[in-house]
Amino acid sequence: MTPLAKLLEAALFASARPIPSDTLLHLDAEATPAGVASALDEIREHYDNEGHGVELVAVSDGWQILTRPEYTEAIERAQLAARPQRLSGAALETLAIIAYRQPIGRLEIEDIRGVGAGAILKSLQERALVDVVGRGEGMGRPLLYGTTPLFLEHFALRHLGELPRADELTVALRPALAQAS
Amino acid sequence: MTSANVLRNPAVAATEELDGALTSGFVVELPEFSGPLDLLLTLIRDEQVDIYDIPIARIAEQFLARIHGMRIDDAAEYLEMAARLLRIKAQMLLPRHDGMEAWEDPRAELVRRLLEYQQVREVVDVLERLGDDRRNRFARAYVPMQVESSMPDDRPFAASLADLFAAVDRVLRQAARPLVHDVIPRALDVDGAMKSIREVMSLRARARWSDIVSRDAEPWQILSVLLALLEMAKSGELRIAQPKPFACMELSGDTVS
Repeated sequence: MTPLAKLLEAALFASARPIPSDTLLHLDAEATPAGVASALDEIREHYDNEGHGVELVAVSDGWQILTRPEYTEAIERAQLAARPQRLSGAALETLAIIAYRQPIGRLEIEDIRGVGAGAILKSLQERALVDVVGRGEGMGRPLLYGTTPLFLEHFALRHLGELPRADELTVALRPALAQAS
Repeated sequence: MTSANVLRNPAVAATEELDGALTSGFVVELPEFSGPLDLLLTLIRDEQVDIYDIPIARIAEQFLARIHGMRIDDAAEYLEMAARLLRIKAQMLLPRHDGMEAWEDPRAELVRRLLEYQQVREVVDVLERLGDDRRNRFARAYVPMQVESSMPDDRPFAASLADLFAAVDRVLRQAARPLVHDVIPRALDVDGAMKSIREVMSLRARARWSDIVSRDAEPWQILSVLLALLEMAKSGELRIAQPKPFACMELSGDTVS
């Protein structure tokens, strides 16, 4: 590996959180964005081609070394690390609505889901997956919610554009219409 | 404009591989329904009825049957939906003339909401898959280095005499360090103070504290003067008087009085 690739690998190894591309660039005064990109490619190929137990993953405008899924069970069985709790269906629904409609107020979320959202919003906010991003114009200037960088990290997304576009959603009940008409 | 476009595009970019996940029918097992719309959608799917032509009477009946066993705290939103279903059922029964153009299907609003909610469920499936993918990978867990615990406990203890001395030395050096200042006992010079008081009193009949003690006197000097004054007053060599409360003490030689 090139010296820059080794330097980036060391930095990525030392960090518990994804390192933004900017920060990687500043690790070496003489590095260029293109140089960093090719060094990252080099690390990724190194891990993939030589059969490493870890891989380089692009997450939320940054890069992170993660273990490969096939070793998760063994690691967890040995209690070296524990998987985080899964989010409930209600929490995922709320997150989905916020991700697509942000900034969005509580009432609008409740209207779509048909149930109260106060407690779920609070717990999502405590987990730093969503945050208040502003206030609406309506009555009482309601709080508006949006997703956080940690949301992207939680789902290993680089940006919100990686979620399916609205017109890509199938709306599964539509075939029934075709049969009826 | 139908409800299919309720969700705005999050951004321009898209990934093709997500299509597969949408159609693969990822089964989500929820302990209970996440809301009345969820239950309604499940009923519609189970009964395999057309969402655009919901047999309201049948669905309403089943909806009521399903929420029958629910705890009452959870049921409020479900009851509201049940009431809505019954109202739509009643509206459907109202007679309408064949030629009426303006007739609006009372189910339309419900269908719009169901489709909207269905889109949310689809996104949830995607999020669930992505979240599980991420959960199955561990990042490096940064643990601050613990210097103290670097030596394993289960090894037999072994130390040379030199180690022991070094340890004792270290402990003693550490023990000495907390002393911030040394208190050096300094003998009070009462005799000297008496001498200087006598000198002052020989020059003037009355004197005050400030005449005897210089402004920048150190504590030991002040204490010496105080003890000297008390001693001299006791032996009758001078008198200490206070003209009025809180006033300065006045010293006068005994010879004057």
